[in-house]
Amino acid sequence: MPEGGAATAFEPVLFKDIDTPELYRRQVYEAHEGYAALRRALGGEGSERMTPEAVLEEVRVSNLRGRGGAGFPTARKWQFLPPPDGGPRYLVCNADESEPGTFKDHEILRKNPHMLIEGMILAGYAMRATRGFIYLRGEFAQPKRVVDAAIREAYEAGYLGRDILGSGFDFDLSTYLGAGAYICGEETALLDSLEGKRGFPRLRPPFPAVAGLYGRPTVVNNVETLANVPAIVRRGGAWFASLGTERSGGTKIFSISGRVARPGNYEYPMGTPLRVLLYEAAGGPLPGRAFKAVIPGGGSAGLLVPSQFDLPMDFEPIAQAGSMLGSAGVIVMDDSTCMVRAATWLMEFYADESCGKCTPCREGTKWLEMALERIETGRGTPDDLELLQGLPGQILGNTFCGLGDAAVGFLMSAVRHFWPEFEAHVAEGRCPSGGDGR
Amino acid sequence: MISEARRQKAMEIIRGFPQKSSAVIPLLHLWQDEEGYLSDDAIAEVAEIMGMPPAEVQEVVSFYSMFHRRPLGRYHIEVCRSLSCALMGGRDILDHLRRRLGVGLNEPTPDGLFSVGAVECLARCDLAPVGQVNLEYTDRLTPEGVDRLLADLRARAEGGGAGA
Ligand SMILES: Cc1cc2nc3c(=O)[nH]c(=O)nc-3n(C[C@H](O)[C@H](O)[C@H](O)COP(=O)(O)O)c2cc1C
Ligand code: FES
Repeated sequence: MPEGGAATAFEPVLFKDIDTPELYRRQVYEAHEGYAALRRALGGEGSERMTPEAVLEEVRVSNLRGRGGAGFPTARKWQFLPPPDGGPRYLVCNADESEPGTFKDHEILRKNPHMLIEGMILAGYAMRATRGFIYLRGEFAQPKRVVDAAIREAYEAGYLGRDILGSGFDFDLSTYLGAGAYICGEETALLDSLEGKRGFPRLRPPFPAVAGLYGRPTVVNNVETLANVPAIVRRGGAWFASLGTERSGGTKIFSISGRVARPGNYEYPMGTPLRVLLYEAAGGPLPGRAFKAVIPGGGSAGLLVPSQFDLPMDFEPIAQAGSMLGSAGVIVMDDSTCMVRAATWLMEFYADESCGKCTPCREGTKWLEMALERIETGRGTPDDLELLQGLPGQILGNTFCGLGDAAVGFLMSAVRHFWPEFEAHVAEGRCPSGGDGR
Repeated sequence: MISEARRQKAMEIIRGFPQKSSAVIPLLHLWQDEEGYLSDDAIAEVAEIMGMPPAEVQEVVSFYSMFHRRPLGRYHIEVCRSLSCALMGGRDILDHLRRRLGVGLNEPTPDGLFSVGAVECLARCDLAPVGQVNLEYTDRLTPEGVDRLLADLRARAEGGGAGA
């Protein structure tokens, strides 16, 4: 949490106890209201058991929206599941966290895995799924060990397995380690990967709610989304809703990185102005520097400029400003940053990570990467400039999955706000900022 | 030849899934963790246990960037080149390492001790520039820090220590 006293007063949800030593151990988590929501819902100590519908209703009232990027209302996603038919249905936690500039799920996984596990059991109960998976990206071997140990503890305590807390509800949970592929964060590619295939996005419909893992009804939710569920059940959906904005309940973890004094994860209410995050939480620019542009929602989001810093960080206002809240990975650039270089670095990423399934994404990102590289190294031509103005618009909305849109988000906004920088690179045959290139 | 112990582990992994197909990536991890990379033999062995044609296993292997078909160094040092780290000099660290070791990406040094990889955002951008040594995180990398890291790892290897 920010040093020097935060001016914004609110009740943290996800990071309430995050700096408690050994919070990842079950007993420590339990000493901080851990598994109280599960005990309340599934009945234990005398209190009335909640029905699955009652748990779902709290989540609906809470206005919880997906934290994986799209902001889809969580209860509505669960309600898309068809009525139980006696066969298996699955809950998959998306712990792929590969969006450049996003590092919030990692902190939950390594410091408070039980909060996620409790959230998954409650979510499983609400949607009558009896098997859960946590899909971790391959690079998360370290957090995986923490989560695996927590899952073992939860089994030992009877929170996982058969007849949980005497409720008759069964839920099994295990982790799964990916093997390096950004596209596997996309939920249908993730399901293919979990089935043991290459991670290609699937054609929709059918949606995973109808035909997901092994062709069975499946819900995929982000780590942070699921980690909010225990507090919603414990304190009530109305309480959670009241923390946020009219359309987005709760708080949000903002991952702030790049050219900023105090990078880190900061929990703030939904709708907090970007300026508060940048100055109150992250301590403003690096000494002697000035902010130039900020990506509000991970590498896939368009940039915002300082005149837009009073925008509330919520899904709709950021979308209306031509960007997206996305994963809330806030990447900060300052007056030492060359925008052409930043665009080149990002395009390299998307060109490498394009799964190759559809042409506009596979070819388009390669063309843009090559044009940007030429411009950035002083070998760019007017044709390259023209390509930057025309091609992104042809990729946008024309690819099989969201990766194509993600690839052009930053470039299109950089072209809009910083076009003279691109032109100057071509005219002068070098980077006009002449800075350290960062 | 698959050792009995490894076959047991593989069977346990397979039993953990509702459908066997899901076990192929975990099995490839198991083989790579124990052998350092995925040889033709490793692919044939995983294919045999999975009851899949080796070509299909190879297709899966080639899709995922963390599966390696050639040996890496005993210490595989990866540096993040994504935006937040790059803004804090991550790509300079990558260049520094490659110059120091005189190797291309994913190419072991002649003594087999080191190799260097470029990876994308490792989800610890607050500690930029970030890297991993044999998948264990290392952060706030500087050129001097990287030189010390190399010296430490070399000393550890000479001291007969195990992996990172
Ligand atoms: C290219 C691409 C990458 C994605 N990467 C992630 C990711 O790393 N983590 C994540 O939670 N969602 C990611 N998503 C979003 C998922 O497809 C999905 O919407 C999300 O997991 C749903 O969870 P939620 O409803 O809780 O937000 C990605 C989407 C796309 C198109
Ligand atoms: S950009 Fe390097 S860890 Fe995120």
